[in-house]
Amino acid sequence: MVGMIRTSGLVKRYGKVLALDGLDLEVPKGTVLGLLGPNGAGKTTAIRILTTLLDADEGIAEVAGLDVRTEPHKVRERIGLSGQNAAVDEHLTGYENLDMVGRLYHLGRQKSRARARELLDQFELDEAADRPAKTYSGGMRRRLDLAAALVAEPDVLFLDEPTTGLDPRSRAQMWETILKLSRGGSTVLLTTQYMEEADRLADDIVVIDRGRKIAHGNADQLKAEVGGERVEVVVASSDHVPATASILGRISQEEVHIDEPTRTVTAAVTGGVDILGEVLQRLRDGQCGIVDIGLRRPTLDDVFLSLTGHVAEEAEEILEQAHEKGDVREKEAVR
Amino acid sequence: MSSLGLAFADGAVVAKRNLIKIRRVPEILIWTTMSPIMFVLLFALVFGNAIEVPGIDYKEYLIAGIFAQTVLFGSTFTGAGLADDITKGIIDRFRSLPMAQSAVLMGRTASDIVYNATSIFVMTITGLIVGWRIHTGPFDAIGGFLLLLLFAYAVSWIMAYVGLKVSSVEVVQNASFMFIFPLTFVANTFVRQDLLPGPLRTFAEWNPVSAVAQAVREAFGNTGSLPEPDVWSLAHPVAYTVIWVGIILAVFVPLSVRQYRKAASR
Repeated sequence: MVGMIRTSGLVKRYGKVLALDGLDLEVPKGTVLGLLGPNGAGKTTAIRILTTLLDADEGIAEVAGLDVRTEPHKVRERIGLSGQNAAVDEHLTGYENLDMVGRLYHLGRQKSRARARELLDQFELDEAADRPAKTYSGGMRRRLDLAAALVAEPDVLFLDEPTTGLDPRSRAQMWETILKLSRGGSTVLLTTQYMEEADRLADDIVVIDRGRKIAHGNADQLKAEVGGERVEVVVASSDHVPATASILGRISQEEVHIDEPTRTVTAAVTGGVDILGEVLQRLRDGQCGIVDIGLRRPTLDDVFLSLTGHVAEEAEEILEQAHEKGDVREKEAVR
Repeated sequence: MSSLGLAFADGAVVAKRNLIKIRRVPEILIWTTMSPIMFVLLFALVFGNAIEVPGIDYKEYLIAGIFAQTVLFGSTFTGAGLADDITKGIIDRFRSLPMAQSAVLMGRTASDIVYNATSIFVMTITGLIVGWRIHTGPFDAIGGFLLLLLFAYAVSWIMAYVGLKVSSVEVVQNASFMFIFPLTFVANTFVRQDLLPGPLRTFAEWNPVSAVAQAVREAFGNTGSLPEPDVWSLAHPVAYTVIWVGIILAVFVPLSVRQYRKAASR
């Protein structure tokens, strides 16, 4: 297997903040790597470096065997970028956007036009082809953006949070499209904050937090690594939460997780269905008003929780603030 | 194709995109040509009766000054457009494509010539309506218009650099006004520079905006019985303007291209 995307010891600093702290990645040809992590984990920074938009401070980044630092122009001929950072021009029509991108890939007039029409058909944008992109819905814009990344039929695709902010239906459509692309042999690096997305699309998942790789494997491996099952208990009143947490804490293999607003307590257990009866008995004895109780296999959310010790969303808030500061520093650093 | 040929071809694609945008959002052009119209009318009709420029009718004197001022303000369009493209992520899209590094800037400054030409045309019509006339032949007059566009083109490159550097439309507009206002007022645009006091007079004499206005005034034959300027810059206004154009381009083309390469989004 040839690594179409490879980074080694990648470091990027914004002032004192380490956005990437020695990141190693390897994406074999024709596979999808899901780069999973909360906001500010360094996902976008990694994509920006690999797509030649940003220089790394240390380490190596290669795309299709080309060093992004020394051969950025050749790298750009091989890649397509879509998502948070690349955009479509809202004043141009869908067709004009794609035609322009084709011309800038130097496909020539005829081929650019033909390819634009072909992609508009493929992404079900043919009816909206001659309307300015500002009249498009969020989902249509994302599809156009992805189409723009595919104009030159690149070997390597970078999709930066391709479904963030999309409604469930558009998200499902986008997933369908990405799956089709990967079946077609494209090598894809995809960043996401959604565990479900990585689970659905990625052959291989790298979880990163604070610029560092904290886990690597396919979805099943990661879940197995966390091990066991999850007992989830919803109680009637928030008064019952502490007692429930303490009972579950005695049988849980890790710290129990409490979600106050939904009055949900989650514990990692082993022993399958048998344990459920035992938990139920103990909770009854403790007179905890149970509304709902269930046993489930770990999700990637649990994986993330167990790996980082914080939930994706909590981390998001904390890191978003750090990231905003990082952005300011980014601009300063650029100056 | 050679790399220079590619840069021109890519630049043309970008310029076409910018022109489509002007056509789709005509409000931009309408509102930005309103201000020169307003300037012509206010100065000609309000100040025209109050300000005396000895040696010439004020309307005749004024128009060249307003032309110079307007193309200078028009250049902020370049910076604002690039800042907008950075904010919206369009520059990231361009930067991830295998296109010439200078093409986005070449395309932007080229399409802004069309923009400036349009506002000069609108002002010319307005000037003619309020009583301004060209007293020279067509070649001289065209020379005057071309010099204005050349100067505007050079200043566009300064604004391109500013736009890429600050990457905020509002900052580009506000910051550039702080520089453009004194540049266009401490000059021979609206009053005679030789009647200004001390240091202001020296500044006005060597201010390239004065040279542009002087050159255009001569090209249109709007000099009346004004005294011959005795400083070199205004005695040879075309040469002095072209020297400035050369200096600005030599400094800001490479500076802007370098800034483009590291332009960060957000």
